Amino acid sequence: MQKVLIEPPANQGDLTNMDVTFKIRRRNPDVPGQQKPYWQEFTLNEVEPTDRVLELLHRIKWEQDGSLSLRRSCAHGVCGSDAMRINGVNRLACKILVRDLGEKIQVEPILGLPVIKDLIVDMQPFFDHYKQVMPFFVNDEPLPADGRERLQTQSDREQFDDSTKCILCACCTTACPSFWANDQYVGPAAIVQAHRFIFDTRDQAGEERLDVLGEPNGVWRCRTIFNCTPACPRDIEVTKAIGEVKLAIRKGTTVGIIRPDAIH
Amino acid sequence: MQIHKHDAIIIGAGGAGLMAALYASKGGADVAVVSKLYPTRSHTGTAQGGIGAALGNLDDDKPIYHTYDTIKGGDYLTDQHAAKILAENAVDAVIELEHMGLPFDRTSAMRISQRRFGGHTREFGKELVRRACHAADRTGHMILQTLYQQCIKNEVTFFDEFQVVDMIVVDGVCAGVVAIELGTGEFHIFHGKANFFATGGWGRCWSVTSNAHALTGDGAAIALRRGVPLQDMEFFQFHPTGIYRMGILITEGVRGEGGVLINDRGERFMERYAPSAKDLASRDVVSRAIYLETRAGRSIKNRGYVHLDIRPQTVNRYFAEEGKDRSDFIDDATVERKLPDILDFCRTYLGVDPVHEPMPVQPTAHYAMGGIPTNVEAEVVIDAAGTLMPGAFAAGETACVSVHGANRLGTNSLVDLVVFGRRGGMRMANYVKSVDWTDLPKDAGGEIQAEFERIRNGSGKSRPGELRAKMQQTMMDNVGVFRTQETLQQGIDDLAELRESFYKDLQIDDKSRVFNTDLMEAWELGCLLDLADVTARAAIERKESRGAHSREDYQQRDDDNYLAHSLAQHDGNWAAPNIQTSFDKKVDLSLWEAEIAQGIADDQQKFRPKERVY
Repeated sequence: MQKVLIEPPANQGDLTNMDVTFKIRRRNPDVPGQQKPYWQEFTLNEVEPTDRVLELLHRIKWEQDGSLSLRRSCAHGVCGSDAMRINGVNRLACKILVRDLGEKIQVEPILGLPVIKDLIVDMQPFFDHYKQVMPFFVNDEPLPADGRERLQTQSDREQFDDSTKCILCACCTTACPSFWANDQYVGPAAIVQAHRFIFDTRDQAGEERLDVLGEPNGVWRCRTIFNCTPACPRDIEVTKAIGEVKLAIRKGTTVGIIRPDAIH
Repeated sequence: MQIHKHDAIIIGAGGAGLMAALYASKGGADVAVVSKLYPTRSHTGTAQGGIGAALGNLDDDKPIYHTYDTIKGGDYLTDQHAAKILAENAVDAVIELEHMGLPFDRTSAMRISQRRFGGHTREFGKELVRRACHAADRTGHMILQTLYQQCIKNEVTFFDEFQVVDMIVVDGVCAGVVAIELGTGEFHIFHGKANFFATGGWGRCWSVTSNAHALTGDGAAIALRRGVPLQDMEFFQFHPTGIYRMGILITEGVRGEGGVLINDRGERFMERYAPSAKDLASRDVVSRAIYLETRAGRSIKNRGYVHLDIRPQTVNRYFAEEGKDRSDFIDDATVERKLPDILDFCRTYLGVDPVHEPMPVQPTAHYAMGGIPTNVEAEVVIDAAGTLMPGAFAAGETACVSVHGANRLGTNSLVDLVVFGRRGGMRMANYVKSVDWTDLPKDAGGEIQAEFERIRNGSGKSRPGELRAKMQQTMMDNVGVFRTQETLQQGIDDLAELRESFYKDLQIDDKSRVFNTDLMEAWELGCLLDLADVTARAAIERKESRGAHSREDYQQRDDDNYLAHSLAQHDGNWAAPNIQTSFDKKVDLSLWEAEIAQGIADDQQKFRPKERVY
């Protein structure tokens, strides 16, 4: 993701504050007349260019309309709660600044999952796909006799580092046209989660995971459209990870995929 | 109301809750985890730098050194027996996390890599030690993910996005909790033999905080209202390095890798405040130093922040001055590799690239040392004598064992939650086998349901957001890093006014049932107000300075009168509580007492409370 350099906050006073118009996709299944999705506009004054979209959604909620509903928690891009479609692109609301969006900001729920209320979608199908890939460490061999940790080289550790960064925010999966077309497809996030274990030299269930992902609704639904990679707020190279899993399935081994020179 | 019956109900799905769930279920208990967030959203995931354990993979280290550092770091308010358990169990717990697949960074010998952290030393303060086991700068993320993954593997039952809002106490026994299913707005009762609170902290009481929006102290507030006293609430840690104005945390690991704090004159000012540990003195010491630099007009551009500098040329210059070997020197690639998330935060939110520019930082409200009092098995205790509340358990930030005393050392929050989450899980597995079910009262959940209807139907003029902002400001101004009788009284008065508005003049916009975040935020504000109030009241009663509690009108530590835990008791009147604070609970000094019993000379005793020097 391209990083836009801005002035540090110490100089914020020198930048011009602006008015921003929000256009937000809303629905409330509980309120007659609001059950069908509709757009609503809000205007905020005195917006600073370095404000995060999440802060501004909070200002709308706290100052203008308390019924505006969204999920959020950590507010700095780590918990993965506030994925939404902002100016047509999947983002975490806490990790995108007004400066990078301009004075008109359109916010809608992420696509491909049922909308419950306003920006809140039903995440259950997403987590169900996640659970399909056995997203847990498996190693049934006896533990080291000395009672200590299993050994691993730092370079073996690093070959799955990128996929450990996933926060399950669903930005990638809900940016994927293949997922929009077929919600049975496990989706990029589940594949990234599988990748984290498949390429961990300590794990022993790689083959079972490759079997799951070799099924029709596994990796082969990926058409390498590449929407997932720019959508990832953690800068994970999602498409590359999917490609490595595809290659492992084709070759029937995880060895030599990420580091062709690796000797095991 | 739907009733769910499980042996053990875990409230909260962060590190402590998941650890407890895992070990209780491995021990044979039928476990349900009830969490207002999807588990992976929990705040444990934001912990960055590492988890302390005396593995000795890089430096000579022993649990007893970790114990000593924890007690000294806590300014001797730490319970010594509990600290010993913390440090000893940390070793096993970290190894078990690795066995569960946690992807720690590795040493050249393929073992878990460790880094330096504030206040962690070997041989009783002799020199800094590499003790913090890390997975890049997202150790907490890896712990949370690994534990959630293992819970899935062990088929633990989860109730995601169910928010617990009350506990059911029958004749002094905790028989369950009441929760709201956020997606429907319906009330549910969770009937449990063991009820484990792991709901995290309440940094949202303050305006500048590293804490997630969700950290509203629900569990502690619920327990307080139902008769559990809260312990040591006056001790709230301000982490020295939050991103200026935003409060987002910049890990102490930055300083662990050689980063230094610099004032407007370009001075490494920590040399003056902590000649030995310098930038890695304990957090309370460093936060105060930043405030004192600011007062002296030496903050950057006089704006109340200082620079945190991890640029290799700066770090290496100080390394050279300290006589470090050239092989210890760092380069751009080291910073990129070891602190990727920190670089990302700074580039995203500040447009500052820490490899080339220093980061603007200020102290940020970070961690509650106090909370629900427990023993070392995570069982809730309700008085100075150690009387238990059967059926109630707690661990993690919401609990107070107390291992952190008056100031928590970096990495010890993660240690706390894995060690006492694990012990609590094991204890519950046995406990549920040994007790019968306590019957639920007929009106279970009625009182809290009525309270929610009151909030929903409020027709006053005060918006929750406005009250919350006022509370956060008064806490920042009056119950922050430095305190006096006057500021604390001001805080108490402001909070009383805000509570009055909350109970008599509230209005919310959203009257619907489905995902009513307006309603839930309003209720959470009530929790924050109670916890803020208890914090200010305990702080005004503790007329000494110790650890994170710094009284300008009582600048010395006073062991004669205050080598004791505070207990704040609520009388059960929600709208207008009477809070009583006592100091009858003595600190456990068992390691020092053992030294005395062994006839060790005074000046050779390691665990004797003494002046803290870094």
